[in-house]
Amino acid sequence: MSATIDTAIGGSGVAADDVLLEIEDLRTHFLLDDGVVCAVDGVDLRVRKGETLAIVGESGCGKSVMARSILRLVDPPGQIEGGKITLHRESGPVELVGADRKLLRQIRWNDIAMVFQEPMASLSLVHTIGSQIVEAVRLHENVGKAAARNRAIEMLDRVGIPMPQRRVDAYPFELSGGMRQRAMIAMALACRPSLLIADEPTTALDVTTQAQILELLRDLQDEFGMAIMLITHDLGVAAQVADSMAVMYLGRVVEYGGAEQVLAEPRHPYTKALLRSMPRLGRAARTRLTAIKGMVPPPYARPEGCAFHPRCDAVMAGRCDTVLPRRVPLREPVGDREVTCLLYEEES
Amino acid sequence: MSTEPLLSIEGLTKHFPIRTGLLGRQVGAVKAVDEVDLVIEPGSTLGLVGESGCGKTTLGRCIVRAHDPTGGRMLYRQQDGAVIDVAGLKEKDLKTYRSEVRMIFQDPHSSLNPRKTLREIIGEPMRVHGYGTKEEIEARVGELLERVGLRPEYANRYPHAFSGGQRQRVGIARALALSPRLVVADEAVSALDVSVRAQILNLLMDLQEESGLAYLFVSHDLGIVEHVSDVVAVMYLGKVVEQGPTEDLYTKPLHPYTEALLSAVPDPDPAAKRHRERIKLLGDIADPAHVPPGCPFHPRCVYAKETCRTDAPPLREVGGRRVACHFAEELELRGVPDPDVREVSA
Repeated sequence: MSATIDTAIGGSGVAADDVLLEIEDLRTHFLLDDGVVCAVDGVDLRVRKGETLAIVGESGCGKSVMARSILRLVDPPGQIEGGKITLHRESGPVELVGADRKLLRQIRWNDIAMVFQEPMASLSLVHTIGSQIVEAVRLHENVGKAAARNRAIEMLDRVGIPMPQRRVDAYPFELSGGMRQRAMIAMALACRPSLLIADEPTTALDVTTQAQILELLRDLQDEFGMAIMLITHDLGVAAQVADSMAVMYLGRVVEYGGAEQVLAEPRHPYTKALLRSMPRLGRAARTRLTAIKGMVPPPYARPEGCAFHPRCDAVMAGRCDTVLPRRVPLREPVGDREVTCLLYEEES
Repeated sequence: MSTEPLLSIEGLTKHFPIRTGLLGRQVGAVKAVDEVDLVIEPGSTLGLVGESGCGKTTLGRCIVRAHDPTGGRMLYRQQDGAVIDVAGLKEKDLKTYRSEVRMIFQDPHSSLNPRKTLREIIGEPMRVHGYGTKEEIEARVGELLERVGLRPEYANRYPHAFSGGQRQRVGIARALALSPRLVVADEAVSALDVSVRAQILNLLMDLQEESGLAYLFVSHDLGIVEHVSDVVAVMYLGKVVEQGPTEDLYTKPLHPYTEALLSAVPDPDPAAKRHRERIKLLGDIADPAHVPPGCPFHPRCVYAKETCRTDAPPLREVGGRRVACHFAEELELRGVPDPDVREVSA
């Protein structure tokens, strides 16, 4: 087993038993009338046990579809065309692409749980918060009603909902946006998953509530030891909580590495441009921002070669528009860095 | 500040009645905007920040008179120098004002009529206000499209053919059609991706330099507001709690709410993470129908004392700024450190 993992991570020296989830060459495509949309087009990633991996990118880069592919939540016409998703459970590795429904049901909630952007759209409006948590717990664990209810109250308390004994019988509309997101997190963690996928969990919230939820996720991670895959478009949010970080553009990971290193020393022209185009607190006001030229191309008109080349400042004519770049492991700076860019190909 | 203000808002109030029962009896009011004073200078940008539910959007909508204010005055200096109170003007007298004060909306997908071409969308305000002949309007639409970075040939297309960033450019072109003097931009870039957002912000700033228009820039994003604004006002539960020049307010906030907001903004700079400590805000924003007594912010404030529970602090002048806090002079609040200082010490 360790031999296959070593090749998958490019021999960068990570202990094999450290890895919780491994994604190899995942491709999820949507067959539409206008053509095939390659929403996820060859993603390689790994999530280590207990770490927070941030997936960063603009809308349309495939980060949500990638995450949904893990739990097979992609709606038709989307379908997983190929690749491998391996979950390393304590009982041994299991393959999620092609897994049957029974296995998937076991894995959802018990091993991998998900929190979505808009809690109002993912909670049932006609059931109380408590009954929804109880249902989830009882579907996945062999416990009685009373025990499940106690678990619900305990979880609501743990995520910082005041008066959990009363709120357990509240309907979602009775809670504020931040409280709903807390309830979603309580539900997701009720079965103690080893991986929590959080898809833009704070995007619909105010900055102050966002800061509270991010802090809560960090505290819960310390307590329960689960890994978090945090999907966000906000590099600032990623910087607050992530241990490692993957930047996606048009269905591929263009840069991967430790979060601090990626943000402090971005290597891929896209990561660099994203950081430059953000207004940052304390920077000189009323100056022009360095915008990235053009826009994300329509998904079924993916540019040849490197998908970013029409917007890239460092484009090499005749190379970037024809050659599809490979993932290049970087030796320095220290750690586990990968860039998918032709500028770095000679370094390897 | 020697220039005459373009728009001067005094005691502006907008209450929404809460009605109940069969007869629609009024049982209370949501004080969405409560006695707000603000001044917008010609050619400058006033940034308005706050959490959702603080009344910033309602204030913006009162200014374009999409809402009728419950009370207060909005003194608008017309092009001929005469000052009129637009808060109480009747619909039929608002035509000139409405041609000079325009709005850009947040959601570029729902603010453009999907059944109209760009020519009709951008040309509509000009037709309504009798701008000129059909040919003149046509030419102006082409000009505007070019100015906001779209091709004039696009005039015949429908909104669905465009991306979010392009649609927002169409919304801007429509707002500019009548050469306004004030544009209310309500979360104008919030729905856009980071890379496109920078393009639109640059466009808005270029347009201001060219034609000297003023912006009321409403946003929940403190980074963006800092970037575009000359003066920033912070709102909490319908009231302005602090107002001052952008740099002063960001580097040395005087109100605990401003401090907490600034500390909550996630910074992508890993060095900043070590330098900043978040000020914990307790709980959520209060219900604007049941504003707490005393200082409305006291239940969430870490510095709250006994007086804060009983006495509402007035908005008063402190060091050239306005702040509504009893202890503005005593508190030593932390703002955003200067990035240059930060880099040296890191």
